[in-house]
Amino acid sequence: MRKAELVMAVVMGLFSAYLMWKSAELPIGWIPEEGPGGGAFPFWLAAGMLVCCIWIIVRCLRRTSTVAVSTDQYMDAATLRMFLLVAGSLTVMIGLIHIVGVYVSTPLFMLFYMRYMGGHHWLPTGVIAVGTPVVAFFFFEISLKITLPKGFTEPLFYPLYDIFL
Amino acid sequence: MEILDHLIQGFAIAFQPLNLGLVIFGCALGLFIGAMPGLGSVNGVAILLPMTFLVPPTGAIIFLAAIYYGAMYGGAISSIMLGIPGASTAVATTFDGRPMAMQGLADKALITAATASFIGGTISVILFTLFAPPLAAVALAFGAAEEFALMMLAFATFIGLGGDDIPKTLFSIFIGLVFSAVGLDIISGQPRLIFGDISGFLHGINFLVLAIGIYGIGEMLWTIESSKGDVQISQATVTVRRIINDLRTLKDTFKSIVMGSFLGYFVGILPAAGATPGSLMAYGVAKTISKNPESFGKGNPEGVAAPESANNAASTGSMLPMLTLGIPGSPTTAILLGGMVIWGLEPGPMLFIEHQEFVWGLIASLYAANLFSLLINVAFIPAFIWVLRLPFTVLAPIIFVLCIVGGYAPTQDMHDVWLILIFGVVGYLMRKLEYPLAPAVLAIVLGPLAETSMRQALLISNGSFMIFFERPISGPIMAAAMVLFLLPIFKLVKDKFRSREAT
Amino acid sequence: MKTLCKTAVMPVVVAAMAAFAFSGVALAGWEPKKPVDFVIMAGKGGGADKMARLMQSVIEKHKLASKPFIPINKPGGSGAEALVHLKQKAGDDHTIMVTLNSFYTTPMRQPGLGVDVMTFTPIGRMAEDTFLLWVHKDSGIKNVQDFVKAAKSAGNKWIMAGTGKGQEDQLLTNFLNKAYGLDMKYVPFKGGGRVAKELAGKHANSTVNNPSEQLGFYEAGNTVPLAAFTPDRLPLFKDAPTFRELGKDFVYFMQRSVVGAPGMSKEAEDYYRDVFKKVFQTEEWQGYMKKKSLQGEFLTGGDLKAYWQREKDIHQKMLKDIGEI
Repeated sequence: MRKAELVMAVVMGLFSAYLMWKSAELPIGWIPEEGPGGGAFPFWLAAGMLVCCIWIIVRCLRRTSTVAVSTDQYMDAATLRMFLLVAGSLTVMIGLIHIVGVYVSTPLFMLFYMRYMGGHHWLPTGVIAVGTPVVAFFFFEISLKITLPKGFTEPLFYPLYDIFL
Repeated sequence: MEILDHLIQGFAIAFQPLNLGLVIFGCALGLFIGAMPGLGSVNGVAILLPMTFLVPPTGAIIFLAAIYYGAMYGGAISSIMLGIPGASTAVATTFDGRPMAMQGLADKALITAATASFIGGTISVILFTLFAPPLAAVALAFGAAEEFALMMLAFATFIGLGGDDIPKTLFSIFIGLVFSAVGLDIISGQPRLIFGDISGFLHGINFLVLAIGIYGIGEMLWTIESSKGDVQISQATVTVRRIINDLRTLKDTFKSIVMGSFLGYFVGILPAAGATPGSLMAYGVAKTISKNPESFGKGNPEGVAAPESANNAASTGSMLPMLTLGIPGSPTTAILLGGMVIWGLEPGPMLFIEHQEFVWGLIASLYAANLFSLLINVAFIPAFIWVLRLPFTVLAPIIFVLCIVGGYAPTQDMHDVWLILIFGVVGYLMRKLEYPLAPAVLAIVLGPLAETSMRQALLISNGSFMIFFERPISGPIMAAAMVLFLLPIFKLVKDKFRSREAT
Repeated sequence: MKTLCKTAVMPVVVAAMAAFAFSGVALAGWEPKKPVDFVIMAGKGGGADKMARLMQSVIEKHKLASKPFIPINKPGGSGAEALVHLKQKAGDDHTIMVTLNSFYTTPMRQPGLGVDVMTFTPIGRMAEDTFLLWVHKDSGIKNVQDFVKAAKSAGNKWIMAGTGKGQEDQLLTNFLNKAYGLDMKYVPFKGGGRVAKELAGKHANSTVNNPSEQLGFYEAGNTVPLAAFTPDRLPLFKDAPTFRELGKDFVYFMQRSVVGAPGMSKEAEDYYRDVFKKVFQTEEWQGYMKKKSLQGEFLTGGDLKAYWQREKDIHQKMLKDIGEI
């Protein structure tokens, strides 16, 4: 826990510094008769973030917070595996949306999740994996008229549009 | 009672068979749209607009009001059941609604939310009916300085919401505020914080993106970890007897509901404020005046009742500046404003005089929608409970897909979906280290309002801060905010002294 | 046998399909194959948004298109996000955009975007929105002379509220400051409705709103128009002289146009042009233009491009004047 706490505070501290640097693209000072410049608000708030991170680091080093003295593991092997599987499959799913679109990538994700992670039977898995995108199509595209990304599968939907819209 | 006559006429229109059918259909559709993470009343109302030419205008208004209210109720459903606020107005509902659902009290939370919404809606319609013109004058008197003072008050009321860890709570507030600054700085007209020159950052970081990331993806990861795979997340059950019992115990929350209704309504009528600060302030006040404030955040029904009554009351309230001043208080009312243009109506002070039947038809149908949303909502509770009882490995992928699709829908930009994933993963890692994340979500909503109004006021005053204290309305609000800010600090210091003396 | 059958049938089917497809083209011309993305270069509830949704409703009511037009707001970076989106959609036949004057100013102020608006497909100018100078009735100001006197004595305490920075309202404010030797302070707000309210609530001293934004308060008698930035007096505000009459030759309009992605096919361009021409001619659109005091004829193709070029040059000069570029 202690190590994780330190690493997180350092990473967030660096991120705060980056935000400060990025905010400074616009004036961060006081413009006479106008008030603070465009970058002032994010700059000083990011500075506040940095102070908080330093505070957390100092507290951690002096072992004055509960997390700093906790001996629990931040992530045990089973949790780490679960986390990587879920976050990884989500990343792959979102990445696939760009290529094959929502209507191919979400059923694949659901198949993987329910079959591999959940160990459900093929039948319920298949019904939900196919049913969800079908429901989504009618809910979003037909009734709400919100088009979802389809990647290169787009032409396959032209006949559907002709029928339902 | 001329006004009452108008209202009765409005009701006569709202309860015609065709219109009644539209109300019921609209409420049901709105409920589903609202329950979808990412979609809220604004999407529901937006899709309806082109239809307004196809049905008579009164029918259109009624349908629209039904979708609006249905979605407001629906927002509470996803807050309670999934822990994902479907709209910024429903953030405060997650604080206690989610813990209640986890304890198997989802039915009670849903009923509390529905009833509180109904009472909030009722009180606000009455207030609207009686005091619309004088309240319009109040809204008009609200300039940039007053708006900033109100934002300070909103920040002050929920300062106690964070965890006990001071640097981590502050960090969370700050990072939310910095994210809220991404996009366009409207005062200087310059883009700012465009990370890596990615054009997706030009529209800023939407509240929904952060909320779905943290509460959707992040919360799911957290639940997966704590449940270790295939278990049900909630032991929820529902029977008729339980529902009756739930209704009976509702009277305990009555005080919060009434307080939330009035507060929500008055905050709602202020231009630019809308329902989100209203519901947050109601939550903060309910916690402050409660006899046992420490039970908040752990599943106290009052913590559901107060924000839910407030956000419905505020939705009616935000109609007021829209109708009388032509300023949208929320994205939904912005779309409604567009609808009025299509119907050839001119929002503004004359609307109440020249188009009374429209105004009261709208108000009466809001009220009818409120009633039917309550009934439909209660009728669907068993179905929602059934969903909660699904095995988690079935529910989880469905929720993930809903988060992704729902996150895409409002802006139709994959950029936001990637941000949701990043916020979810980082939020989860931070949550494991006990960083409170609710303050960040709240800050991203209020940040732009606070910053813009502050800088506008300073421009007007040539850079003098006295503008916030000198003016008759902003002065007292600012003073109240200062007191609320200093109170916990004062208490903290006192406690420290006391504990020091004890040791 | 089976395969033989198949091989024999295939060419016939293909030929039939080709003939069908061809006849479809010959009869109806190009048609959208999927819902059309109708990008709005501004946020929800603004003037451009209201107009886009009105156009969408008119298209649906009169069934002017076979597929729906779906409005998507991309207000980011004063329209920068929308412009970049359209640029990335080059060659796309299903993306069109409703645009306003930030169409000229945003690419100039943010050259990093690399957007050249002259490459965009001109579909149609639906209207030109007009601007007037407004004050509150209680200020007692009746004409531009009074206004100049009051604003001069107030110096930089005179608040001019407007929408956006480096855009229409500020350009007009700058014109007034220069023409009359004033030092008004320009305060940007979000949206024309909000600006109108700031004036009605006396938080600002004057605005240069479009009629559609100020109409509600005008009808209630709260705000008064002093002068118009148009060549001729507006029928709706007969008492307000034009600046030209007052000896300051300054005319300024806001375009309300529809553009297509760069490199759109000729067939699609013709199709959209036809749709929006029909929208322009509908009773609803004409009624709206009259009511909100909008002007201008339907402009398209080369004419619209020439108009853009002219406006672009004017804006370049005006932006240079206020030091924004």
